[in-house]
Amino acid sequence: MAPLLAMSGIKKHFGGVPALRSASLEIKPGEVHALIGQNGAGKSTLIKILTGLYRRDEGEIEFAEAPSHLTSPREAQETGIATIYQELNLVPLRSVSENVVMGLEPRTLGFLINWPEAHRRTREILSRFGIDIDVTAPLGSYSTAIQQLVAIARAVSMDAKLVIMDEPTSSLDSSEVEILFGVVRELKSSGVSVLYVSHFLDELFQICDRVTIMRDGQTVGCETIEDTSKLDLIAAMLGRNAEEIEAEGLTELASGKQAYEEIVLQVDKVSTGPRLSEFSMTLHRGEIVGLGGLLGAGRTEAARSIFGLDPLTGGNMHLKGAPYAPTEPAEAIKARIGFLTEDRKAEGIIPHMSVRENLTLALLPHLRKSGQIDLEREKSLVEDFISQLGIKTAHMDQPIRELSGGNQQKVLLARWLATKPDILILDEPTRGVDVGAKREIQTIIRNFVDEGHAVILISSEFEELVEGANRIVVMHEGKAVSELTNPGITENALVRALAHHEEPAP
Amino acid sequence: MTSLTSEEPMRTDFTNRLKQHGGLVALAVILIFNILVTPNFLQAQTLAVNISQVATIAIVAMGMTLVIATGGIDLSVGAVMALSGALAPLIFLSEFGTAYPVLGLLAALFFPLVAALVCGLFNGAIVAVLKVQPIIATLILFISGRGIAQVLTNGNLQTFSNPEFSYLGTGKILGFPFQGWLAIAIACLLFWLVNRTIFGRYLLAIGGNERAAKLSGGPVRRVKIGAYVICSVLSGLAGLIVVAINSASDAARNGNLMELDAIAAAVVGGALLQGGKAPIFGAILGAVIIQLVKYTLLANGVEDEVALIAKAAIILAAVYIQQARKE
Repeated sequence: MAPLLAMSGIKKHFGGVPALRSASLEIKPGEVHALIGQNGAGKSTLIKILTGLYRRDEGEIEFAEAPSHLTSPREAQETGIATIYQELNLVPLRSVSENVVMGLEPRTLGFLINWPEAHRRTREILSRFGIDIDVTAPLGSYSTAIQQLVAIARAVSMDAKLVIMDEPTSSLDSSEVEILFGVVRELKSSGVSVLYVSHFLDELFQICDRVTIMRDGQTVGCETIEDTSKLDLIAAMLGRNAEEIEAEGLTELASGKQAYEEIVLQVDKVSTGPRLSEFSMTLHRGEIVGLGGLLGAGRTEAARSIFGLDPLTGGNMHLKGAPYAPTEPAEAIKARIGFLTEDRKAEGIIPHMSVRENLTLALLPHLRKSGQIDLEREKSLVEDFISQLGIKTAHMDQPIRELSGGNQQKVLLARWLATKPDILILDEPTRGVDVGAKREIQTIIRNFVDEGHAVILISSEFEELVEGANRIVVMHEGKAVSELTNPGITENALVRALAHHEEPAP
Repeated sequence: MTSLTSEEPMRTDFTNRLKQHGGLVALAVILIFNILVTPNFLQAQTLAVNISQVATIAIVAMGMTLVIATGGIDLSVGAVMALSGALAPLIFLSEFGTAYPVLGLLAALFFPLVAALVCGLFNGAIVAVLKVQPIIATLILFISGRGIAQVLTNGNLQTFSNPEFSYLGTGKILGFPFQGWLAIAIACLLFWLVNRTIFGRYLLAIGGNERAAKLSGGPVRRVKIGAYVICSVLSGLAGLIVVAINSASDAARNGNLMELDAIAAAVVGGALLQGGKAPIFGAILGAVIIQLVKYTLLANGVEDEVALIAKAAIILAAVYIQQARKE
């Protein structure tokens, strides 16, 4: 059977930086095809080329046995390619029917919309997917899942031959996911192809026929789903050898265990919502505990729960033996916990303010002296940190936005170190900083721990986790699922641990 | 690449300077123009008139500057002026007020400011707790505040003769209007608040990056409410001054369009509408410029409507300079 879609040799540069170097993708009619890869592997660029949002530099695309040269998403829609984005592009305040028939409204007398017919048609389309809702109600009054299904229904009503779903389950709960899968199967049986992009590998084994794996802008493999395993897929995504991971992991996992006496933080089956459902960990004095996991595993959510940013819906925490349930960051800070956030620009720096003002922001309540800020103490403290951490700044009153990324990060680290915390939570502490600053930041962290404090480290760089952490708590779908202990953790062992929990339950 | 980025400060140097001294340049231009063109400009009388008029704008503009520093805006300042201005004569003209003149006078100063404070709490709570957009949140009192004031006074003009109360608007110290001194005192206090206290530091941090401020333990709600309360109380004070100047309270006109003057003064003074900056003395400079432009046009026989256009042009120029500085 001739493929519905054949993309080959696709190249795309953005201002000299290659995003796609040699990508290909082939989808058969009536096939559910998965597309996977790490962040930055080129999945979304490839999809945007397919839907006419970007234009390719090189390569061939054939769709429905004809060469395709799309220049806009609208053209893509007309040729039968429909895309369901994570952010739905529907109109929540209008009725379900209006959303489904928009642009294709049935008319009477040539200009009046025939509403009874529109509602009837909408009901018919939705019932094919087993959805029975009031189609005259505003779309926004239904759950995200229903809205997503309506978007799919709309795509189908426009005679789509290929439906692209980008992370369709990321905001759905498990029963909603089941409904969605039902729709996907229904599409498949009626001969429509689905391109399914997801971080959740479990899902692929439930509904996909084949999977294309991308890495560094290239297509590195295309497998029939039955002939592969999650370990294979993860190994392919990360560019490692599956057998190696298996062998190495088995021998080194069991070795060595270092004992730490004093527990500073005990987290027990904490949940805050669908993205953090059962998180437990123990943190000792003088220890770095890494959180390992793929994107969406719940690592940042775990950090947020400890820092009082998301209210607990279950479980409990103990800090130095006493019950601990912060409801806002100020409480966590008072309890001597610091949280270096992942997004330096959005959640870290105050760009207009000086290095000095940024550095002492978390410490302010302790700098009060007769009703005002003790400027003398503030200045000497900032001076100490600038020399101690080697922060490169013209002077302490230079606006922080004028510093390089690495130096900004050091100022933010100093912001927390200044509060003399017992526990520091570091979310991607070395992301986006140059190599020199990276080493310096890692040294600062190491010194902090050696003084008897504790660190929770989140990093998507396996090397940093494996070398830095005393233990790694492996997370999967909002749960802490296993734990690795150093010495003995290797990158392959970590990958294997991640993969192990991706295996379908026997 | 650990070196400091050195080009950016140099590139923005010129516009920075323009921004820092643009107001002063504008002031100088207006002054020179007036000295050359406007009759009797260089007279003590002219100065006194201008100071007594500019003080109310300046006082409200300083409060507005604090609110703008949090990334918000307060449209209700004029309505709060009307409300507090309407309350004062009601109190000292009441039976109690006439029976105990001293207590009545104190109550006529105190309770209108308390009413203003409550307005500020209301604004602040809606913005900081209910997280309603500031422009919508303060629209509530913008509309209803003046209405309440008019209901309280039955829509009548209240005239009175109370020299003690009128001192607020007509008194002089060392030959200068009392309210001018008051504005300067408030400016010094607010300058200290913004630059030396923890409240002030948080205020600027919240305006600069609210999420970061919250993650650093900043009491975002309390500080925001505080800014709205200060702004409202200062507006209430300005309302009292206007009533004192006129020896009459007109709820329909007291503080009318003041929100625009105050916002304009704050912006001309260098406040960034996205928050993070609170130039208190800039607000005074902005108020002076706006007052002088008004006076210049009035003294030279230009109609009020044209004066409004001139005001708009000033705001436009100030915003333009801000934008240029940002890029």
